[in-house]
Amino acid sequence: MPEYLFGKTLGELKTVGQSLGLPSFTGNQLAEWLYKKEVSSFGEMTNLSKKARTMLEEKFHIGMAPPIDVQESVDGTRKYLFPALEGKYIETAFIPEKERSTVCVSSQVGCKMGCLFCMTGKQGFQGNLSSGEILNQYRSIPEWKNITNIVYMGMGEPLDNISEVLKSLEVLTSEWGFGLSPRRITVSTIGITPAMLEFLDRSKAHLAVSLHTPFDEERRKLMPVQQVYPLKEVLNEIRSWDFGKQRRVSFEYILFKNFNDSPAHVKELSRILHGIRCRINLIRFHPIPDTPLESPDEETILQFKEKLNSRGIITTIRASRGQDIWAACGLLSTKRLAEK
Amino acid sequence: MTSSTKQEIQPVTISFTEELSPGIFLIGFKRRFDFMAGQVIGIAIRKDDARRLYSICSGEQDEEISILYKVVEEGYLTPQLSDLEAGDTIWVTPPAGEFTGTPGPAVWVAAGTGIAPFYSMLRSGLGKNKILLHGNRYLEQFHFYDEFREVLGDNYTRCCSGENDTEVFSGRVTDYLEEQENLDPELKYYLCGSTEMVVETRDILIRKGVPFENIISEIYF
Repeated sequence: MPEYLFGKTLGELKTVGQSLGLPSFTGNQLAEWLYKKEVSSFGEMTNLSKKARTMLEEKFHIGMAPPIDVQESVDGTRKYLFPALEGKYIETAFIPEKERSTVCVSSQVGCKMGCLFCMTGKQGFQGNLSSGEILNQYRSIPEWKNITNIVYMGMGEPLDNISEVLKSLEVLTSEWGFGLSPRRITVSTIGITPAMLEFLDRSKAHLAVSLHTPFDEERRKLMPVQQVYPLKEVLNEIRSWDFGKQRRVSFEYILFKNFNDSPAHVKELSRILHGIRCRINLIRFHPIPDTPLESPDEETILQFKEKLNSRGIITTIRASRGQDIWAACGLLSTKRLAEK
Repeated sequence: MTSSTKQEIQPVTISFTEELSPGIFLIGFKRRFDFMAGQVIGIAIRKDDARRLYSICSGEQDEEISILYKVVEEGYLTPQLSDLEAGDTIWVTPPAGEFTGTPGPAVWVAAGTGIAPFYSMLRSGLGKNKILLHGNRYLEQFHFYDEFREVLGDNYTRCCSGENDTEVFSGRVTDYLEEQENLDPELKYYLCGSTEMVVETRDILIRKGVPFENIISEIYF
């Protein structure tokens, strides 16, 4: 297996240079070529010596790959399919809006978490993506120069792949890397407490936590992770963390008809989030095959939002985008897997 | 799943280690804390290593706390763990988790080492009124057969996917459940195993009329 350079941190690139006996500044040169310029081969890295380029070509690949398929929604959302591990696929969504464009990247092939409402979980878990494979989803789509925001909300649980996710964040936000503001990046988690603390400590990106119900008993029926990392523990850690003025924590809340959409849920949400400066993103549920869950009607969703807002919790309803092409994250790649 | 919480981690001395069948080990240390059957502890070889979570595989009143694990060749922890002997030290976190046993009637569904929390519940006196489905590839992997059989009797079904025997169901637990026509929707179903097993089993149960509210899952992350 060739070793890929794309996705490596500056420190790692310097190690690569040293391992080949190249000058100490080679790592910086490589970072510039990989993350600041648009090259697709070592031959184009013209400030490296010919000998250096030859050595790199012999031992390394750049490691960027274009998507193999794309679906486009009537609303402009595009869903890209990238090859990942042997015979497996990952999905990436590009979501254009009026004043910003967001890319939603995957962090794993499949997922271990087994949430009841999630299509990706039905694939099981095939493996973690490398930092390069995560970043490739940003850099290798045609719209990459227009992207203003990156969200780690695609396939997989980002914080179950914490080391590669942190590496990818370092590349995205470092001056020697893509130089993006961490305030433009949001990492989502279902609440793996230890990894969440590591992420909070080592990154400045925003945090989004999948909440979905404030009641422990209900949550453990939706999300097996509740058995080992209870929501109460997650919230206590968040409550005690200093997020500063710029960093944001938000809670994702998929509404399920007659399950988590009652006034009692509003009241309990208000209680458990007391003392946390946050916002709630309400998400309409788009049913997946064989699911016992349903989405409430629009009126219920609006009322739920208004009740939360009236209790002082900033609440928004996430616009459903690309419904005609994805319905649920994981559907495209699961379908492709089934075809094979 | 790895764990590196701020939870206090403490060294314990291994009191025994036994390879129950090829690649499947039981390791134990003297019980220093109370726990509830079904809970997990974090384990590390060295203090600063990331901890991995394992279900406790012994009863609440047993003198030793045991952990059942399968060696994952490409894994970080289990190959090292399997090299340890009695007298060696490992690091463990206090017990945690909410996948705990209840005295009421229920169905336990386990695959492989996912049997651990149910064995803990059995040894803690929670085996009454339970039905157990346990899946393994090989017959020799049903390690606690005698004890389960003694308490559960005919309510214990072994599902073996890699070998045939007149006393076991041939196939996986999901194959067994697919063949069942009258699953009791009122019972609680506790599932423990890999993501694939849990997700597939949950889908089958829901398709056969079990409300998802009655399905409680623990995944071996």
